[in-house]
Amino acid sequence: PPAHSRSDWIGPPDRLSNLRPVVFYVPAQESALERRLREARQEAQASNQRFWARHNRAFHQEKEEFIYSRLKAKGLELRDESGQKATLNAEEMADFYKDFLSKNFKKHLQYNRDWYKRNFRITFLMGQVALVRALRWLRWRKKNAEQ
Amino acid sequence: GLFVWRLRKTGVPQIPCQFVHLYHVPNNRLITFQYFNFLKRMYVTQCNKDLSQQAKPKSDSIVSPFHELQQLDQEKKVVHKISPVSPVHQLGTKTSSRNGLRELKSAAETEDSVIPVGAESKEDRQWKEMKLRLDDLPGILARLSKIKLTALVVSTTSAGFAMAPVPFELTCFLLASLGTGLASCAANSINQFFEVPFDSNMNRTKNRPLVRGQISPLLAVCFAAACGIPGIALLALGVNPLTGALGAFNIFLYTCCYTPLKRMSIANTWVGAVVGAIPPIMGWTAATGSLDAGALLLGGILYSWQFPHFNALSWGLREDYSRGGYCMMSVTHPGLCRRVALRHCLALIGLSAVAPVLDITTWTFPIISLPINLYISYLGFRFYRDADRSSSRKLFFCSLWHLPMLLLVMFTCKKSVLEKEDKGDLPGGSHETAMEIRLP
Repeated sequence: PPAHSRSDWIGPPDRLSNLRPVVFYVPAQESALERRLREARQEAQASNQRFWARHNRAFHQEKEEFIYSRLKAKGLELRDESGQKATLNAEEMADFYKDFLSKNFKKHLQYNRDWYKRNFRITFLMGQVALVRALRWLRWRKKNAEQ
Repeated sequence: GLFVWRLRKTGVPQIPCQFVHLYHVPNNRLITFQYFNFLKRMYVTQCNKDLSQQAKPKSDSIVSPFHELQQLDQEKKVVHKISPVSPVHQLGTKTSSRNGLRELKSAAETEDSVIPVGAESKEDRQWKEMKLRLDDLPGILARLSKIKLTALVVSTTSAGFAMAPVPFELTCFLLASLGTGLASCAANSINQFFEVPFDSNMNRTKNRPLVRGQISPLLAVCFAAACGIPGIALLALGVNPLTGALGAFNIFLYTCCYTPLKRMSIANTWVGAVVGAIPPIMGWTAATGSLDAGALLLGGILYSWQFPHFNALSWGLREDYSRGGYCMMSVTHPGLCRRVALRHCLALIGLSAVAPVLDITTWTFPIISLPINLYISYLGFRFYRDADRSSSRKLFFCSLWHLPMLLLVMFTCKKSVLEKEDKGDLPGGSHETAMEIRLP
């Protein structure tokens, strides 16, 4: 994002977490409320990024391990003659998907709770900031009209 | 959708892909854009092999994770080299230089050099200013409210309205449709508001407006309120309180029950089926003002239809659901998934037979609808027995044309109001009297 920009910028999805990072604009005269909002958003972004990066990495890793162990059990090589990576079809992967989901169930429940709380808080702060800005603008308008 | 846009860019003939639009069916929010993108994916791979890179069916993605892992390792090495330089300073922003953010940006930047550009377009890889542009707003709001799905929900409501055994009134019909449409927009917006990080991680939903930062969460909530409150008010005051109550209840059910439940228990599918069943009931109550057996039957038909439709669809999305943390039958209880789908296909036959008993249709309806009901039940049985991708796809695509056809046949077999008047079922025979009673 350019240095002179006065708004937030959002980037392409992160490779690991699939979340889009946001670079927040910090205005020169940031009010306490605005600072709280920005910090809440940054904190949520960091937390989300940590969670999903770790989660997705674990998924891919465990998936590879599963494929490897299944292929070994079947007595197949990891790569066939053409050099292509041998894969399992969807039905064979189903056991892995079920297993992975149940293993991470509690983790997801915790994350859901946190995410909902953060989301509500951020949106509420956004509402407060917007309200304050609107009132300020109205007052400014009134002052200009009186002059 | 995004896929159609890409197709246009590469000059692929659109005609086969426009079949997608023909197969739109009354649907509930449960399905969302899943089926829509899923359909497109199917057609894209058939249309043009070159595009298959962008639109491979999910099973092929098994190959990519290893590739990704390799790249991850490379990335880690590159990230170590880049972080001392700190791109934050290069950009000259005043943001707090938290490590997490630095790594993020390094990762984002390095991936451009390390990994060849994949299926995403060049535009996708750029940083975008998070400023709302007014001329983009209609498109953004349309995607936020899942406007196409809303249109299908409204058509289900119209079906319910049309099947009600009362003379047709245009104003009531329009008000009910508009109110339902607004309520659906509100519910869909709140759903997207709740699901941002999850949508980012699933292929079919990663291009939603909130995920892409095109709109702020605050605006999404305000839009939802701006649609929902007038929508419900319109239904409650302009149509009748019962329809308004049903609309409000449905919004609540979808946003506060179904959406969180998706990540907690497989019961979400049943709740979602109810969400889909309510719009036709609303159409019926809008016309008649009361909750008759006919309304419940129509709701029941749509409720049963959801299961073969959704269970078949979810069969192909198991990987995304598993990684995303969604509790779906297809992942956790695959046997149950297929059993339920079959059970409800058979239930459709039964429900169709009940229609004439309740005086909604003539006896020709169960007879004419029997072939299509038997066919979907047959496909349901095949899905139950084979439990593979091809049987799930066949069942899914059948469900897409099955419902509109069933509703059409039902409408043509509708027991005419005149017949009922002859039998003295309707108080007051003339059309005008009925209209007078209807005035709000």
